[in-house]
Amino acid sequence: MNQEQHKAILEILEQDARTTPEQIAAMLGLEVEQVKQAIHQLESAGIIRRYKTVIDWDRFGEERVFAFIDVKVSPAREVGFDDVAERIYRFPQVHAVYLVSGDHDLRVIVSGRTMKEIAAFVAERLAPLDRVQATYTQFVLKRYKEDGEVYAETEPDRRLVMTP
Amino acid sequence: MKPLSRTVGAVPPSGIRRFFDVAAQMEDCISLGVGEPDFVTPWHIREAAIWAIEKGFTTYTSNYGLFTLRQRISAHLKRRYGVEYSPEDEMLITIGVSEGLDIAMRALLNPGDEVIFFEPSYVSYPPCVMFAGGTPVPVPTDYRQGFQPDVDRLRDAITPRTKAILLCYPNNPTGTVASHEVLKEIVRLAVEHDLYLVSDEIYDRLVYDVEHTCVASLPGARERTILLGGFSKSYAMTGWRIGYACAPAQIIEMMIKVHQYTMLCAPIAAQKAAEEALEHGEAEVERMRREYDRRRRLIVERLNEIGLECLPPQGAFYVFPSIRCTGLRSEDFTEQLLWEERVAVVPGNVFGSSGEGHVRLSYATSLPRIEEALHRIERFVRKRRG
Ligand SMILES: Cc1ncc(COP(=O)(O)O)c(C=O)c1O
Repeated sequence: MNQEQHKAILEILEQDARTTPEQIAAMLGLEVEQVKQAIHQLESAGIIRRYKTVIDWDRFGEERVFAFIDVKVSPAREVGFDDVAERIYRFPQVHAVYLVSGDHDLRVIVSGRTMKEIAAFVAERLAPLDRVQATYTQFVLKRYKEDGEVYAETEPDRRLVMTP
Repeated sequence: MKPLSRTVGAVPPSGIRRFFDVAAQMEDCISLGVGEPDFVTPWHIREAAIWAIEKGFTTYTSNYGLFTLRQRISAHLKRRYGVEYSPEDEMLITIGVSEGLDIAMRALLNPGDEVIFFEPSYVSYPPCVMFAGGTPVPVPTDYRQGFQPDVDRLRDAITPRTKAILLCYPNNPTGTVASHEVLKEIVRLAVEHDLYLVSDEIYDRLVYDVEHTCVASLPGARERTILLGGFSKSYAMTGWRIGYACAPAQIIEMMIKVHQYTMLCAPIAAQKAAEEALEHGEAEVERMRREYDRRRRLIVERLNEIGLECLPPQGAFYVFPSIRCTGLRSEDFTEQLLWEERVAVVPGNVFGSSGEGHVRLSYATSLPRIEEALHRIERFVRKRRG
């Protein structure tokens, strides 16, 4: 199987992880066994990292607060920012950590049940870290789109049911 | 009161009306009967139209359409198919291919002139010919030949009154793409008998595993061809009503007369949107095409499993399977499937009598809905097969 076909399998699974190997095989004109093998290969190679579900927790009625925290860090010889980043990303409430260009060095996305909880995390865990010089916290007020998913009412199919 | 127009009266009412009325009332009905993309127009195109309206693009344009749009279409056709049309006097922007068809027929036909087309065919062809005073002459194609046009049958249908051949590849309703060789032969026949060719290539960008052949690019074709193209299908722009017609200047001159006195021009905001589509739409076209292709493979495999045989169509977004295994006629199949399983399809006979024994399924519907529809169709067919 070639790179193009691997990519097609990945794209299909990225859109819907529950697409079966049988369906994928039909969609791409491949054998079911080939697809199973390819998926296995992609999993072992760590290209498919895991399968997860996109959930609208708001709709479920669960309060979750998110915050973007920009962090200024003084880099260290040998490791740069990596060691500080690692200290931060090991906290389970940390969703994402990026090294970014601009005024700050790290951008951290943190979740919590309340704003207070996040404020405490920043004050007690993040800010006191060695070499962290400053933090700048922004709470998320509303989520419109995330990971390509739009969190609004889905638009209805406006087409007539039958047209020539 | 005096009788109404005989010409219009002679055209039978739409064959899908009665199914449409039922399906439209039905909750939880999955429709595979829709002849337009399930995608909405790509955002960059919509955004460009909003911008155009904000900037005050709210006027008439030249009867021919915006010159800049014609230039882009001209460049696009040259790049893709190697056909050259002057944006000055060899093309015109129409209100969809629908208008293109109408004015092409009116520009070509005198009362009694015959227009040959292959069946099953798009439903508008016979009426368009009749409204222009012509006589539609359908030539059947065969399921077992994948609905490929048969040149011998075409030759047999030619009479001294034949004026034009109307082609549609990729085809609605069968999804057939005519082979390059067959199209060449058809052009040769047209040259031999001095016939015009009207080529409806609205699905040109939706082909799978094959290349689209632009009829105008074939040897001898250009001088006698009216090429019709559009934005509805490739760019998911059905509601914008933009298409184009390309032909030698003397034909366009005739068409523009009808167009200028009946339409004046196509809506300017939609023309601006079409410019954006041509300029930056390539990635989106390919994204949609790839999605259709995956659905196509899935639906063809499943239909054959279910017993509704079909050869894989190579274009558009339709499959046209045989329903022979159920022993039902097209309309009975459609009606019973709708009432029993709440799945809407289009009975094949509305596309001409050679469509009897088939139904048209559109895969311009999301995969999960296609899956569910196929599941219901399977249950339906299993009961019929016993
Ligand atoms: C073969 C064919 N020609 C023309 C049309 C009409 O297209 P437009 O939206 O450009 O008027 C359609 C639409 O279904 C079609 O299938």
